[in-house]
Amino acid sequence: MTLTIDSRTSAGAPATPKLAGRRRTARGTHPMWFLIPAYAVLLLFFFVPTVFNFVYAFTDWSSFKSAINPVGLDNFTQLATDGTLFRAIRVTVVYAVLVAVFQNVLGFGLAVLLERDTVVNRIARTFFLVPVLMSALAVGYIFQALLKPSGAVNQLFGIDYAWLADTRWTIVVVALIHAWKWMGLSMLIYLAGLKTVPEDLVEAARIDGASRARTFWRIRVPLLAPAVTFNVATALLGSMNGFDIVQATTGGGPARTTEILNIFIYRTFGQGLFAQATTMSLVLFLLVALMAFPVIYVLRKREEVM
Amino acid sequence: MSDLPLWRRLQPVVTIILVVVLIGVPLWLVVVTAGKSQGEAVQPNLSLPGHWQLWANLRQVWTEADVPAAFFGSLIIVAPTVAGVLLLGSMAAWVLARRATRVNAVLYALGISGIILPPAVITVVLLLRQLGLAGTVIGMIGVYMGIYLSTVIFFVTGFVRTIPPALEEAAQIDGAAPFAVFRRIVLPLLRPVLATATILVCLYVWNDVFYAFFVVGGRVDTLPLNLFRVASAGLYLNNWHLIFAYVLLMSLPLIAVFAVAQRRIISGITGGAVK
Repeated sequence: MTLTIDSRTSAGAPATPKLAGRRRTARGTHPMWFLIPAYAVLLLFFFVPTVFNFVYAFTDWSSFKSAINPVGLDNFTQLATDGTLFRAIRVTVVYAVLVAVFQNVLGFGLAVLLERDTVVNRIARTFFLVPVLMSALAVGYIFQALLKPSGAVNQLFGIDYAWLADTRWTIVVVALIHAWKWMGLSMLIYLAGLKTVPEDLVEAARIDGASRARTFWRIRVPLLAPAVTFNVATALLGSMNGFDIVQATTGGGPARTTEILNIFIYRTFGQGLFAQATTMSLVLFLLVALMAFPVIYVLRKREEVM
Repeated sequence: MSDLPLWRRLQPVVTIILVVVLIGVPLWLVVVTAGKSQGEAVQPNLSLPGHWQLWANLRQVWTEADVPAAFFGSLIIVAPTVAGVLLLGSMAAWVLARRATRVNAVLYALGISGIILPPAVITVVLLLRQLGLAGTVIGMIGVYMGIYLSTVIFFVTGFVRTIPPALEEAAQIDGAAPFAVFRRIVLPLLRPVLATATILVCLYVWNDVFYAFFVVGGRVDTLPLNLFRVASAGLYLNNWHLIFAYVLLMSLPLIAVFAVAQRRIISGITGGAVK
């Protein structure tokens, strides 16, 4: 989402000289106290807990004793030596990348398929939006039922595959379910993006003798860059912060191969290991921050080139 | 690509097949399973129930799982959260958009950082305990507001920049105080973007189970928390007919809202994305 932020600020830039003339009176007409309620809530419920994250990740806070003592890097070294830390990071990143790829491929495919404004297409678009509105937990249960060893999917194909109990491929299956839930949203955004491509640009290319496929890939797709940026960024961030779908389908299993960070946090919190949970929460925070900014930067750069 | 005559004829067929396979099958499973008896639903499949008992199942879930209490819990959390983020967010966004100072640029960046950065779920529980708000509706509302204010500030600030300030100036010259200008002139103009924000925040908060689990789990029941409990409880293991009856009950309000306000929702969701 930040991607649109920059373009907005630059779009708003021409207005600045006018604003400067009014700055003298801004104090009276747009008082700063308007910011206080919102920023008080943000400070108390968002920034202070985030700062706490950086403090309590270095303590032995748990439900087993009342005192909280600093322990330095113990939580990190313990999680790193038993392999939990890097496995959780790897699973989370793999999951996020898979979701981003599937969600965008599905969403883009649907947008291209349903682009024309026919009655069938309009009804189809509505149907693809239903999963977006549904609770992710409910989506998880639906697919758990569909993919049971004796479930409908195996019956349909006459096979006996444990979709949700394969240590290698289940993470792909769960990522597909996540992408299924959100593909309607990506579709809408790609549809809106396709609409912004000027018709005369496509016509000009056709007159110059470009084939249909070439016009599509060389003119229309590059102009979708802002939509790609938005979709990839939201899919990556949304799935790194995911919980419901994984919890409702596998609960992190089999053998913790789908245990993304939030599942670990949920599990250790339930066991009363608050410091470990906080440490992983801090890891998630740093991971998202580390991944988000380069991803957005690269995608925006590509937007400019095109 | 879409102009090929053959493709023009094939496209509706492909579309219908995709809708049936990708959306129809999962939804069909929910409806037929919710209509089955427990014996039939133990192994959920796509066959029709031998005897429809959808109404009886819905009633059983309604009373046994205490849906009314969960519905009320959801409502009492969602409504103040949405009202709060809209009011506080648009007040802040108005001033941030109109006073382009360096301090405000920093405040804006901080204000929207929550769109990307994940909230600290564990330590927020600790903080709520210290404040005496752990497990309370007010604590939950505060946490949700802290998470979704950034979305509102982001959308509304962008929108305010597109409104000419002349309208406000006329009222200022007439001697209206800032809050009067905001309430009488600015807020009505913000209606489209506030509709967008309402839809997004409702969608997230109504369906959230993760943050609710940490903050109010076991104290206040919301619909997703209740579904989670019902589905995880040993009592309900393999009671797929009840789980899916619950899913139906829970999804209906959102589907109904969607049916009424479809255009608004679609323009809302796509509004900020592609510009």
